[in-house]
Amino acid sequence: MKFGVVVFPGSNCDADCYNAIADIPGAQVRYVWHKDRDISDLDCVVLPGGFSYGDYLRTGAIAALSPVMESVADFAKRGGLVLGICNGFQILLEAGLLPGAMRRNSTLTFICKDVYVKVERADTPFTSLYRQGQVIKMPIAHSDGNYYADQKTLDALETTGRVVFRYCDTEGLATAEHCPNGAMNNIAGIINESGNVLGLMPHPERCSEGVLGSGEDGRMLLMSCIHHLNRGR
Amino acid sequence: MMRFRARVYVMLKQTVLDPQGSAVLRALGDLGYDGIHDVRIGKIVDLSVQAEDPDEARAKVEEIAKRLLANPVLEEFSVFLEPDAAQGV
Amino acid sequence: MESTYRQMGLSDMEYDRIKSVLGREPSLTELGMYAVLWSEHCAYKHSRKLLRTLPTTGEGILVGPGENAGAVEMGDYAIVFKIESHNHPVAIEPFQGAATGVGGIVRDILAMGARPVALLDSLRFGDPKEPRNKYLINGVVAGISAYGNAIGVPTVGGEVKFANAYSENPLCNVMCVGVVKKDRIAKGLARGPGNALMLVGARTGRDGIHGATFASEQLDETSEQKRPAVQVGDPFMEKLLIEACLELLDTPYVVGIQDMGAAGITSSVAETASRAKTGAELYLDNVPLRESGMSAYEIMLSESQERMLLIVKQGKEAEVAARCAKWGLLSAVIGRVTADGMLRVFHKGEKVAEVPVTSLTDDAPCYSLLPAPRPGTREEVPSVTDPDSTLLELLASPGISSKQWVYEQYDYMVQTNTVLRPGQDAALIRVRGTRGGIALSTDGNGRLVYLDPYEGAKAAVAEAARNVVCVGATPRAITNCLNFGNPEKPHIAYEFTQVVRGMGDACRALGTPVTGGNVSFYNETCGKAVYPTPVVGMLGVLDDILAAVTCAFKSEGDVVLLLGPDRVSFAGSELQYLQYGAPSGTPVPVDLEMEVRLQKTVLSLMKKRLVKSAHDLSEGGLAVALAECCIDQALGASVELADDTMPLPLSLFAEGPSRIIITCSPEHLHEIRRCCGEAGVPCRVLGTVVKGVLSIARAGETCLRVSVDHIISKWRG
Repeated sequence: MKFGVVVFPGSNCDADCYNAIADIPGAQVRYVWHKDRDISDLDCVVLPGGFSYGDYLRTGAIAALSPVMESVADFAKRGGLVLGICNGFQILLEAGLLPGAMRRNSTLTFICKDVYVKVERADTPFTSLYRQGQVIKMPIAHSDGNYYADQKTLDALETTGRVVFRYCDTEGLATAEHCPNGAMNNIAGIINESGNVLGLMPHPERCSEGVLGSGEDGRMLLMSCIHHLNRGR
Repeated sequence: MMRFRARVYVMLKQTVLDPQGSAVLRALGDLGYDGIHDVRIGKIVDLSVQAEDPDEARAKVEEIAKRLLANPVLEEFSVFLEPDAAQGV
Repeated sequence: MESTYRQMGLSDMEYDRIKSVLGREPSLTELGMYAVLWSEHCAYKHSRKLLRTLPTTGEGILVGPGENAGAVEMGDYAIVFKIESHNHPVAIEPFQGAATGVGGIVRDILAMGARPVALLDSLRFGDPKEPRNKYLINGVVAGISAYGNAIGVPTVGGEVKFANAYSENPLCNVMCVGVVKKDRIAKGLARGPGNALMLVGARTGRDGIHGATFASEQLDETSEQKRPAVQVGDPFMEKLLIEACLELLDTPYVVGIQDMGAAGITSSVAETASRAKTGAELYLDNVPLRESGMSAYEIMLSESQERMLLIVKQGKEAEVAARCAKWGLLSAVIGRVTADGMLRVFHKGEKVAEVPVTSLTDDAPCYSLLPAPRPGTREEVPSVTDPDSTLLELLASPGISSKQWVYEQYDYMVQTNTVLRPGQDAALIRVRGTRGGIALSTDGNGRLVYLDPYEGAKAAVAEAARNVVCVGATPRAITNCLNFGNPEKPHIAYEFTQVVRGMGDACRALGTPVTGGNVSFYNETCGKAVYPTPVVGMLGVLDDILAAVTCAFKSEGDVVLLLGPDRVSFAGSELQYLQYGAPSGTPVPVDLEMEVRLQKTVLSLMKKRLVKSAHDLSEGGLAVALAECCIDQALGASVELADDTMPLPLSLFAEGPSRIIITCSPEHLHEIRRCCGEAGVPCRVLGTVVKGVLSIARAGETCLRVSVDHIISKWRG
């Protein structure tokens, strides 16, 4: 079971993702440099959070053109699991592997805090160990998490059940009031049509160890990936 | 009163480092574009202004640019003005 | 020439001294080099003598003042830390001033070979309701956020305080902490003649030329025109520098490293050569420039950010350049180490400077201060008619209310080591690879220092130590940032002298040596100075992060105890400031022996796992401290004040040192009392933890009763 964590210049959650994965028994993990193209040894590619290329121009825009992203696109096309967290999600959007775009948070500030999200789909490779409709706690830390898509895309995402995580209150109620950043339909995470590319703004790697104070709900996401891959073998 | 369309370009002063521009310049090199020597990134602000004449409109916009749109510590600006064809006189 | 050197901030006497060192008139480039290295900012002309009186050594102190940062031993690791001011740049351009302040201190830590793992910010502003102050606050917070978040170093703590005295002169002190294996601490030494001086990172532009001298001047109305001195930070470049330098320090190629802060190439080369007792030759034509036509003077004095100086083994330059290129960083060999103690600078085929290295670093004049105290003030006593509303008013005041709106803009979790987040008495971060952690706090109550500089400085050290004790850590060492007005004025000289004396006494008593820091003078505008504000950055060590304690009440029925003496006053208190807008009177002196006993006792009770929560009493006194303990778990307390001789307002809201509230399970009460008795620490049962309401009674009569919901909503604002 081998994970690869991509390191772009300016990535800053690469080591956090690496450590969270390495802590899970049975998981192997290595770093992938953004100029490498060979990722054939991997079962799951993680695009970590951070400020790739300083997040200058647009978040994720320059990283999306890195050599490794061509390989990631191929890998995804062949059904490989791709997980984009925060800046990784933004890179997936810019690379066209997921639909939509990110705007500045509606608060116009960076927001770092624990939020609640509802697991809208527990039947994806990334969420199989959650319960459908489960409310979980995960931290967010971003300036640009205000998800946007045109109405047609948004409708398609909703009708085909591709919204995987939605910001909500502790009871699972997803009203605008409980959306920290202004994202349309409270979208916190979406998956591609074939169900193997997930992007989300919250940081599962930051809630994988109880001692850090954000609970351990994020660990289940990483474990779900392993569970899925093990079943495939 | 006339209506004018004003466009304000806000750029970092030439002597001030533009981290954004530098990062884009480097990325262009990585993508194989040769012969690009400098990239600088700024903002465009469009305003619709009502005024007696072009001079008054320009003065108004320049004041706005100085007071708010540009940060005089770091940035410089230029103002372009044209009558708003749609609104006329 | 006379007007030139005066413009650069040199006095006639200093100019004569340069001439006698060189035996001739200096060139323009040489004059500029002396002007920056002999500025107050770099040479500590007014403070050096006094700073030497501070304790700087002790058990486990691996590196003291004089290096890029101090270092404290923790198992196999060294914890590297330092605090620095960026007050003057912030006053001119808050966002970039704060951003580059973060960048600068991070590079100091990097220059020790350590990975930066935490940031704290100690901020002071004027009344937040005034538009200019609001602009400054928002700009500073956004600047710290933009820079710290992007480089992936968590901002885990600090403080924000307000007083009119900071209105024109905000303070922005940034502390950075790093971790390195203790046998891998890097040194800022230009060793080995023939070795290469390599500049890595950003191109050199006309940034902040004379920023160091700028920081040593008072601000006046023309300061806004001196704006070119302000620089723009590039956190992306900084992040690449961190990764590239740490990677390079793991190779055998790099023998020394130094950040380029104030006075850029000049100071970094002079300091590294001076420490190594070597010399250097510089070839300025090799320096990568951002702007064309820069003179030798400009290149030598440029303060462009995000640059590091590496001293590289001769013959390994290409290997270093290749590693830098991997990270997309420019590098250039800009000179060589020499053996003769001279710094020679060449530009366009000419020798533009040739000066003895040590004359730059060691020969700056040292000035004596002429201290004279200011007259004392009569204490204004605040009036309290309704304790409930006074408590709520205090909780809602800018100094005490929740700072969530600030720290929510900082990424305090990145690196996944943050055990206690902002909002606790101290931040706590895990040291990966060990079971332990480090506790960090910054403190410095300018109001107390203003009223009594000696006692105020003692109080700052004592409170910072008490804060780390409250989370379960043992205080180990401090870094300090001393923010003052113009030291040439007698009463400011007095403040400074007394502060250094008080800090030294407190640090000796508490066993926390001073490992470095900085002094920021001339924080005054049009003759109005800031409160003397010594900010103490405390480092504490905790063996087991699972034993960490927080301030929140934990369960109903727990016993609430107050440890420490009952000596309080309104002098310099939050309530006095709230009602009178200025501090007055004489604060309670800190009994350092009592303070040490209190801290040791609390730590030993914690070691026995008898303490369920602990909170330091500071601004707002007992009532505010109790209310703060109610917030996190939404639990209240029922408290009975035994002493009915003290006026009620004094019992509730006055402030005094060496006091901690703890809670425990009822079955542990006896043991706690026994330990306190043995140690000679006053210990009183205040009451018990209850649901929903904070009530305080005296002689059987309720004198304060507020619901926890009300406390929380007022405090959150």
